[in-house]
Amino acid sequence: MIAFWVLAPVMVLAALLILFVRKAVHAAMLLAVVMISLAVLYLVLEAPFLFAVQIIVYTGAIMMLFLFVLMLVGVDASDSVIETIRGQRILAMVGGLALGITLVLGLAQISLGSVVGLGSVNQGGNIQAIANVLFSKYVFAFEVTSALLITAAMGAMVLAHRERLTPRKTQAVRAAERVAAYAESGEHLGPLPAPGVYARHNAVGTPALLPDGSVAEDSVSRVLAARGSVRRTIPRDVDDLQRSIDHGPGSGVPASQDSPDGRSTSTGRAPGASTGPDTSAEGGE
Amino acid sequence: MDSVTPFIVLSSILFTIGAVGVLTRRNAIVVFMCVELMLNACNLALVAFAKQYGNLDGQIAAFFVMVVAAAEVVVGLAIIMTIFRTRRSASVDDASLLKY
Repeated sequence: MIAFWVLAPVMVLAALLILFVRKAVHAAMLLAVVMISLAVLYLVLEAPFLFAVQIIVYTGAIMMLFLFVLMLVGVDASDSVIETIRGQRILAMVGGLALGITLVLGLAQISLGSVVGLGSVNQGGNIQAIANVLFSKYVFAFEVTSALLITAAMGAMVLAHRERLTPRKTQAVRAAERVAAYAESGEHLGPLPAPGVYARHNAVGTPALLPDGSVAEDSVSRVLAARGSVRRTIPRDVDDLQRSIDHGPGSGVPASQDSPDGRSTSTGRAPGASTGPDTSAEGGE
Repeated sequence: MDSVTPFIVLSSILFTIGAVGVLTRRNAIVVFMCVELMLNACNLALVAFAKQYGNLDGQIAAFFVMVVAAAEVVVGLAIIMTIFRTRRSASVDDASLLKY
């Protein structure tokens, strides 16, 4: 019972946090905590077979499936805070609280009598005992389960399959389309600018700079832009660079004294070296 | 102290939290996770009652619930992926075409 009193608060806390965390990945992690704790509780309840199945099937397979889908769905997975039905959230909380109190009070009051325990049933081993019941009394349900699993696998394949309606575009067709777009609307013919060009950092989150020092929005993946992890200190960086160039090698003033955020990017180097992109890995935020 | 009542109470608490999550969260994937939480809570009650009555039927039922949950997750997540592919959104509010 010690395991129960240790794990029960953890489980309830993790389950409650699922209701409030913003990101779906965090919810998945909290659900994994609940599932692993449940597996331990199965062990306490004399169900070692279900302990293994819980960890393998739930934590191993189902949670991985959730994480895969989260990875494919991507940034959009954050929850919207807009309520479509007014007062729904409050009503749901009140209703949930009422249901919870009713269930807990009702269940705490019934007396189940003394626990019989599985000691005698599990005598020849829990897995053997389960197999005896499963393959005699429940053998038909077991067979139907196989049909269910095959149907589910087929259904997932049908749903995930996408028929190609148009022929695949070859490289020549793509090139012709690009040139046609350039002729019509003057769209840039070449590839998008790489991140970090002309900037002090060459991390992927650092947008490239145009020759006048303004930011080239196309150079950063729009996924990073949607996550808000794009570096935005670029104009100041340009001023710093300009100043360090103006001071020149002969002036003897280290450029790092001018940098407002105190990062000493050029101490210990020749002043001319600071004009190149800084390859030290501090681009990510 | 040897009673299974605490397990049953914990299972009902988890079930309630899962139900509230299904009602309040708007992201289809999180809603799905809350459904899984409810299934797990039921499993806990089944296993606890199996111990209470010294009968393995409860464990077998929990096993079948796990199998059905696995099949359900596969199909459900495939549906979510299909909806996301056509609407670029995983919010349950955006799949409202049947309303009109």
